Amino acid sequence: MYEFRMPSLGADMEAGTLVEWLIKPGDEVRRGQVVAVVETQKGAVDVEIWETGTVDKLVVETGKKVPVGELLALLRTAGEPAATAPGTPAMAETPQVATAPTIVAAAPPRAEAALVSARLRVSPSARKLAEELGVDIASVQAAEPGAVISRADVERAAQAKTLTLVAAKPAAPDWHAQMRMAIAAAMSRSKREIPHYYLATDIDVTAVSSWLETENLKRSVTERLLPVVPFMKAVALALREVPELNGFWVDGALRPSASVHLGMAIAMRGGGLVAPAIHDADRKSLDQLMADLRDLITRVRSGRLRSSEMSDPTVTFTNLGEQDVEGVFGVIYPPQVAIVGLGKITERPWVEGGAVVVRKVATATLAADHRASDGHRGGLFLAALDRLLQEPERLR
Amino acid sequence: MTSYNREQIKDIIFDALGAIAPEMEPAIIAPDRPLREQVDIDSFDFLNFIIRLHETLGIDIPEKDYAELLTLNSAVEYLARRCAADQ
Repeated sequence: MYEFRMPSLGADMEAGTLVEWLIKPGDEVRRGQVVAVVETQKGAVDVEIWETGTVDKLVVETGKKVPVGELLALLRTAGEPAATAPGTPAMAETPQVATAPTIVAAAPPRAEAALVSARLRVSPSARKLAEELGVDIASVQAAEPGAVISRADVERAAQAKTLTLVAAKPAAPDWHAQMRMAIAAAMSRSKREIPHYYLATDIDVTAVSSWLETENLKRSVTERLLPVVPFMKAVALALREVPELNGFWVDGALRPSASVHLGMAIAMRGGGLVAPAIHDADRKSLDQLMADLRDLITRVRSGRLRSSEMSDPTVTFTNLGEQDVEGVFGVIYPPQVAIVGLGKITERPWVEGGAVVVRKVATATLAADHRASDGHRGGLFLAALDRLLQEPERLR
Repeated sequence: MTSYNREQIKDIIFDALGAIAPEMEPAIIAPDRPLREQVDIDSFDFLNFIIRLHETLGIDIPEKDYAELLTLNSAVEYLARRCAADQ
């Protein structure tokens, strides 16, 4: 019998509220399948299961807040007979009492909409269409009360949508307070426990900038790459060369990760941030990274994240260049051991071969855990990043 | 191709922006100040804005023209010109 437990979706999570079960006893589930929706301080998350089998019993009811590690459901793996649990009615027979999520903004901005949508009955294609059309699914009414929201309903809502309707009010104060509390807990722990050291290097990014310009010229608007994408690939590849920066500090020792799951710091509309993972960023093409980034940002701002994205980034990448910031010295998200920062790309005087030339330059930074690595190794990482960015055609 | 007047183009711009930044209030947008100073959008939002304009107006806006979309006024002028040229 496999025990499915409340996962830890980040260092700052102590408990989560089970918003919705997407499975019932008797269902076959596959490893990696999304089986439940859990509400955390950082919004609702699709939780995956990491075992294949048959659902035997749902232990926790929807609406209940349970600590990390608590048993949520039991799964029969191949060959196991059904467990007999007399006196314990299966969840499916229990009337599903809808407990209102603790956070329901009156007019939810994009990030919060997910919490509300978790309670709605929406066909998957309608949900997808709503995302494509930028329609807040929570605002869509079904054709008949109680009916499942369909594509036609979403289309109607999109047409009816006027600017006044979508001009959302600021997020509910308690939601903001929760988000701040989650960030405060993780960042305080980081500064309390992690002896950070900080490095910065100015990198000539002329080559990668012009390569991207040429590349985007060939592409239609829907296929264009954002400037950050080649940097993501270069960061991921450079991390492979200095594995002490990619992994976790657990029980007084470094556990380097064989995979690079790049946590992308993404600001939420109306305040707060999350840093979910793009898995195996070092092995993906720039097109795949762009597609993944698009999907991730869209879901951060208007949909839902998956549990694996929340729990397994092996490093964080923060790009504050768009806010005209020249360099950012990040605070490590525990138990990770490093955070890489990128500032604005500016034209600066640059000395090359004894002459002053104008080049496009960006400041790359590293904040790393001194327990896991030293400045020398950190410096090698930034040097590798610099080297990789000089040959952008090889980043593909 | 449909032809659009400046008022219609302005509405299309506000629709595209509003879908990305729902908190934006068209009434308080100063037409000659940079949009990005007045609406909280990043490069990802801006790309989606361009994609929406592309879908509605049927024109492909190259990266080198992004600067023309800096303010509401310049965006209306640029899009009106591009739509007319595509007639």
